[in-house]
Amino acid sequence: MNISRSISRRMPKGRHFVIGVPFVWLFMFFLLPFIIVLKISFAEADVAIPPYTEIYAWAEQQLSIVINLSNYIFLSEDDLYLAAYLGSLQMAFFSTLLCLLIGYPMAYAIARADKDMQMVFLLLIMMPTWTAILIRVYAWMGILSSNGLLNSFLLSIGLIDDPIRILNTNVAVYIGIVYSYLPFMVLPLYANLVKHDQSLLEAAADLGSSTYNSFWKITVPLSKNGIIAGCMLVFIPVVGEFVIPELLGGPETLMIGKVLWQEFFNNRDWPVASALAVVMLAILIIPIILFNRNQAKEMEGRA
Amino acid sequence: MRGFSFSRLMLWVGFAFIYLPMLILVIYSFNGSRLVTVWGGWSVKWYVGLLDNTQLMNAVMRSLEIACYTAIAAVILGTLAAFVLTRVTRFKGRTMFGGLVTAPLVMPEVITGLSLLLLFVAMAQLIGWPAERGILTIWIAHTTFCTAYVSVVVSSRLRELDLSIEEAAMDLGAKPLKVFFLITIPMIAPSLAAGGMMSFALSLDDLVLASFVSGPGSTTLPMEVFSAVRLGVKPEINAIASLILLSVSLMTFIIWFFARRAEHRRKKAIQQAMEETTGIREQQGPDSRRDPSQVHATA
Repeated sequence: MNISRSISRRMPKGRHFVIGVPFVWLFMFFLLPFIIVLKISFAEADVAIPPYTEIYAWAEQQLSIVINLSNYIFLSEDDLYLAAYLGSLQMAFFSTLLCLLIGYPMAYAIARADKDMQMVFLLLIMMPTWTAILIRVYAWMGILSSNGLLNSFLLSIGLIDDPIRILNTNVAVYIGIVYSYLPFMVLPLYANLVKHDQSLLEAAADLGSSTYNSFWKITVPLSKNGIIAGCMLVFIPVVGEFVIPELLGGPETLMIGKVLWQEFFNNRDWPVASALAVVMLAILIIPIILFNRNQAKEMEGRA
Repeated sequence: MRGFSFSRLMLWVGFAFIYLPMLILVIYSFNGSRLVTVWGGWSVKWYVGLLDNTQLMNAVMRSLEIACYTAIAAVILGTLAAFVLTRVTRFKGRTMFGGLVTAPLVMPEVITGLSLLLLFVAMAQLIGWPAERGILTIWIAHTTFCTAYVSVVVSSRLRELDLSIEEAAMDLGAKPLKVFFLITIPMIAPSLAAGGMMSFALSLDDLVLASFVSGPGSTTLPMEVFSAVRLGVKPEINAIASLILLSVSLMTFIIWFFARRAEHRRKKAIQQAMEETTGIREQQGPDSRRDPSQVHATA
């Protein structure tokens, strides 16, 4: 039977196809992998290919499943991991705050610009997100190093006498993260702010409200969804960030993405890396659900 | 308005913050000196040197190939997903579907990378596929997270569409599939192009996912750059980074140009239609509401 004909003749089939294809793909390559990570976090590291033991065995008509919690116990006993989780959360929290403080006025200015300029500003914001994060971070390495441009500049104007160490410190990581994630804060804020009904502000002004007052009482509360989306788009990925702390950070920079990478690539300890990922996911699950709810509302257009 | 001028100032400061480092990088890629911090006159020797680096050139070709495949697959999957999210309002597992589509946007890359690698390893053990990791596995990884970006872009466009056009076609007897290809697709074409280009760029940029799921002999461009960058700032890297920046800005300019042209055409067509049917149809919707803000902005 002709497939396309049957799809058009009977809508339910076409509907199943439209829903099914992306669903199966995402289930296969996004959801299922997490279950495997969970499984391997209960295994033991082994000198084999692949480098872990199987958690279940079928012998003498007995299915034995060995849930090995040693990886999690190991994580809780070593202070390094706790410090790395806390370090990541702290880094993510303060960089999200910085992004919001810088990004909100930017988004506000774009949303109030005239239509043709809005398009230009938006592209100027978006363009860096299409450029490798690696390259943007690399650009800062040249600027922040102790014989780099920033230090030469500060020395030449006489503000400092000796080069200050910025590269390989947490300050450099903050600069790198805010720099890289700022567009992800500005875009959802803009998308929200541009929809605001201006007549509300005019009404407030007519009734004697100051610009400052209307901003905090009308604009900010109305942009709640944009603020949530922007903050989540920054906070969640930053917790697991690897490239920026690796290239700009120093020995004092403890972040979980970097630790996971080292466990996996340097120590080849797949079960511990999996356990680290499971704990990270457990920490992030609430922000992720918050983000998804918010996003679902936006996508449905609150019809 | 004080608040207004402050936000304008922040916008320009923000742009300076975003673009100055890139500008400095490009200028220094023409530095004749091997020492990256000393200016040794203008030179293009680092660019010429890139062409002789066959390892790097192979990585560039491999990355471009993966990016092409990713863009195509992500546009198809992302459009389907966006269509489901905006049009099919009720079905079993809708919440889960929405979550699956949007979660890759924020999921830390180390988690996605690690989990996909473990999936591929488990599958290779169980069914013998994929036998080896390389372009195919990187493509799967990139398609998965680019689908999320495409579906966000396309669904925002789908929501703006006037449903009555599709309904009119259906009333006149067009089959759903025909309506989709002849009416819906042409109307959302600009967002498909934008989503495709975005996926292409995202795939070309990705380091973390590719590092996890690639196999021996399938090093991508970001992986090459990363292993060089780890050892410090080098003039060759400045050159390749500048080339990437240049190609991305060119692409951005093209998008802007075509989007603007499409917008002008649309306005013209609307105007024409309005003139032909004066008095029958009034312009409505968000455009008329936006007028006051434009008065503010130009005032």
